[in-house]
Amino acid sequence: MDEMSRPLLRTRTARTNWLELATRHRASLASLVVLVFPLVMPFTALAVNVLIYGLYALGFNLVYGYLGLLSFGHAALFGAGAYLCGIAVVHFGLPWYAAIAIGVIAGLVMAALMGVLAIRTRGIYFAMVTLALSQCVYYVFYQAVDWTGGENGLRGINVRTIDMFGLRLDFIDPMIRYYVIAIFVIAAFFLLSRILASPFGAVIEAVRENTTRARASGYDVTLTRLITFVLSGGFCGLAGALQALHLSIVPIEILHYDTSGIAVMITLLGGMGTFFGPMIGAAVFLLLENLVSAWTVHWQLVVGAIFMICVLFFPAGIWGTLSPREKP
Amino acid sequence: MAGLNLDLIGLQLFAGLALGAIYVLFAIGLSLIFGMLTVVNFAHGAFYMVGAYVGLYVLMLGGNFWICLVAVPLAVGLFGMLVERLLIRRLYRRGIDYPLLLTFGLSYVMVELVRIAFGKIGYPFDTPELLQGAVNIGVGYFPLYRLFVIGATAAVLLCLWLFLERTRFGLIIRAGARDSQIVRVLGVDISRIWLIVFGIGTAIAGFAGLLAAPLQGVIPEMGSTILAEAFVVTVVGGMGSIGGAVLAGLLVGIVISLSSLFVPEMAKVSIFALMAIVLIVRPQGFFGRAGLMS
Amino acid sequence: MTTRVSKSRSISRRRLLTTAGVGAAIAASPFRISPLRAEEANIKIGFPVPLTGPYGTEAQDQVRAAQLAVAQFNDAGGLGGRKAELVVRDDKLNPGEAATRTLELVEKEKVNFVVGSLSAAVQLAINNVTKERGIIFNSISQSDAINQVPDFSRFTFHEALNPHMTSGAVGRYAFPKFGKKVAFLTADYAFGHEMVRGFLEVGKAFNIENLGDFRHPIGTTDFSTLLPRIQALKPDILCISNFGRDQQIALRQATDFGIKKTTQIIVPVLSHGSRVAAGPQAFEGVIGGCSFYWGIEDKFASTKAFNDAFRKMYNGKLPTDYGALGYGGVRAVLSAVKNAGSVDTDKVIAALEALKYDYYKGPQYYRKCDHQSVQSVLIIRSKSKGLRNESDVFEVISTEEPNEAHLRTCEELSHKA
Repeated sequence: MDEMSRPLLRTRTARTNWLELATRHRASLASLVVLVFPLVMPFTALAVNVLIYGLYALGFNLVYGYLGLLSFGHAALFGAGAYLCGIAVVHFGLPWYAAIAIGVIAGLVMAALMGVLAIRTRGIYFAMVTLALSQCVYYVFYQAVDWTGGENGLRGINVRTIDMFGLRLDFIDPMIRYYVIAIFVIAAFFLLSRILASPFGAVIEAVRENTTRARASGYDVTLTRLITFVLSGGFCGLAGALQALHLSIVPIEILHYDTSGIAVMITLLGGMGTFFGPMIGAAVFLLLENLVSAWTVHWQLVVGAIFMICVLFFPAGIWGTLSPREKP
Repeated sequence: MAGLNLDLIGLQLFAGLALGAIYVLFAIGLSLIFGMLTVVNFAHGAFYMVGAYVGLYVLMLGGNFWICLVAVPLAVGLFGMLVERLLIRRLYRRGIDYPLLLTFGLSYVMVELVRIAFGKIGYPFDTPELLQGAVNIGVGYFPLYRLFVIGATAAVLLCLWLFLERTRFGLIIRAGARDSQIVRVLGVDISRIWLIVFGIGTAIAGFAGLLAAPLQGVIPEMGSTILAEAFVVTVVGGMGSIGGAVLAGLLVGIVISLSSLFVPEMAKVSIFALMAIVLIVRPQGFFGRAGLMS
Repeated sequence: MTTRVSKSRSISRRRLLTTAGVGAAIAASPFRISPLRAEEANIKIGFPVPLTGPYGTEAQDQVRAAQLAVAQFNDAGGLGGRKAELVVRDDKLNPGEAATRTLELVEKEKVNFVVGSLSAAVQLAINNVTKERGIIFNSISQSDAINQVPDFSRFTFHEALNPHMTSGAVGRYAFPKFGKKVAFLTADYAFGHEMVRGFLEVGKAFNIENLGDFRHPIGTTDFSTLLPRIQALKPDILCISNFGRDQQIALRQATDFGIKKTTQIIVPVLSHGSRVAAGPQAFEGVIGGCSFYWGIEDKFASTKAFNDAFRKMYNGKLPTDYGALGYGGVRAVLSAVKNAGSVDTDKVIAALEALKYDYYKGPQYYRKCDHQSVQSVLIIRSKSKGLRNESDVFEVISTEEPNEAHLRTCEELSHKA
């Protein structure tokens, strides 16, 4: 018995050591990867897109992976952040840092509004309500042509220089743009890690694992869900704001439910309920799309098929399968 | 408002009925599948689109529209059963989100396959000769084909009702919708039931696609817009309720028809707002069962 | 025992994923070994077009025609031996994707110029990216906004027609001919509004009676709620201002409702792709405008030359309206490069502004204040009988000659003199 268990113990310790290390320093590890990331991407704008969609998926993952609620309306949070950041720049001439702040606030507020309406519904109905609400948001923004440009999208979000830490940075330069955006994403990593490691983070996961028990233990499940949703909105709003500055436009398609679908696909692909999953999912998804598009116009077939394969055979996603959680 | 009078409103109502008929057919399939299998079929729009293309293909092979009316639901239903058996069945145990996600990916795949097979540009689909032209229905001239659509929908509804209420199989289906555990305990193979229900649901969707084809032509993307709107119908009517789907489908058709008379810009927002309100106030819709899914 | 079995299964899955991942990363990274790149000296023209999506066929036609223009430039010696190269990208008809692709073209591929795309929203997105980086962009699809401040910049050029020109030309042809009572069925977005505005302005000169503008949301598949009302008004002319699938469905349903028996339907833009997709029945008797039709080769030697070259390069196929724009857009830029003797942006802008050309449809030039290509508008009608070949789906019933007076004035577009 001892002979058999000893080698097992050894390997388990080695593996858990590596995993534990990665988990303890997850934010730093992710930040490190982000810093060297542009070197492996075919072009910088794609790397920026990975950051942005990764952050968007990170926000979504908070609600889906950690809290266990499938939302099909996250496009509204992402899009609200993008549009309000853009409107701040185009219609009010505000400086970039104010615009980003407004984008984050827009995400928080939109999530609060949607959350208050949706949070009492359960299960599949939550997905349907969030879908319906985000479609409402889509049509409202579409009609507000004077603010949003309607079908043509919001153009003119032209931020040429960024004054940061006393330096005057040229935002048009692809590398500088990447690292400026990376700073915000890295800040988001640390914030998210903090939230997850806090007692509140534990409550979130408790609610997912066993709602009745969490309630019996005295936690306000509805409030927990709402707060998580709002926090998620903040992260998605930030992602949206960064995208508005990166592309210098906000397309109306950002609010369509396909964008919500992308959050789902990326998170599932990367590994839901894990810290690194969303970023990995974003990198793989966008890289794949880029590669496949260059090779065939039927990239939707490939992406759809891969997604289906993930759902059927790799539901834990890439990161989830590569680093299975050890059950105690 | 230019030219507004009672005749016109009457005509608008009829137009709303014809519009609603397609929604009803589409939503019934969705509702059936959700009610029985608790699967939200995100690929329902793709099945609808496939129905239209199968019809197109049959016409290309030299058949006529009347053959399509039989061939299309058969073909699409069989395909639906294949999908359920091979793909969706694996996911029942996993949790309620997974079949939804799978069908979401499946819709991308189906649309792209159709694009590969038939091209992206879309095809015209001519109204069958017998049904061309307009008829005086009292309040004005109304296209004959749309009357046919209303009629065909009523026929399908009747058949479905007879099937569910008057046959043994329908009885089993209704029992299964109420409590699948007990039905299993009673010795019925519930997975076979689910297979057939999925087949029926998708067959009706394909049929709806065929009916819609002469009205709007056939393109690979035709399923996605109607899907979002059909979710509204299913939710408002009550997921799992056929009667609810019928009423809600007609209601939505009429609402869209009348609102385009008065406030066209608000038409789309209003139906999604309606959906959201219903979900918040009465999540089971008009006729759905409370606590059906949590 | 069981643990070991499940461990090995999960290991093999993990290994599969890891190897796949590493392989993909290597394939995608720029560190792979690539053959010696001799293209540093090439003149690169970025070409983002919607190869994916409902206009994929039009986009492919644009690519083919653009490649013809590049081939002709290279065969004629290029710029002192320096060859041109077309760098095609798929923008998926999505403005966000188009912006990303344009960033790739400008930052990584280091293109000298950009020509494209299809759809107003997409070209405005591309334009925003290129103008901020000082790259010339020649847009080859319809938009009114691109000629105006604030979207316009001195780097922005517009080879295609704009809604104002097209609806104006069609209006000027139809209003005196078919009657004064005009009803409008319009898609409720920028493009639709721009077209109606053009019609109404022309209509003022002809004293038309506006029976009403019936708006429908973009993406409508059922017009049965609007058509009976329009019919009840008994208009002489019905202007349907929408595009693509909306137009196809509207025309088909208008035919079903029998509107054509009493009313002449006019549309601002008739495109080859839509006509093929919707079929002869729906388009029968409809009159509209377009920028190019191969059939005018009897009138212009340049058209004949273009058609012949296209047929030669592509196995007897004839170019469509979108294709011709792809050709014209690229060829104009390359000619300006040749005239300027360099790829320097300022010199090429000056050369483009001075260019007087006739490449595929008769004389054209770019107006200075908004870089809009002043050109003819063809009035065409759908044909269903006597088709000479599979491309012979229209007949040209009139041509409006190029005239700056038909554009909106520079002041209207907020350009300072």
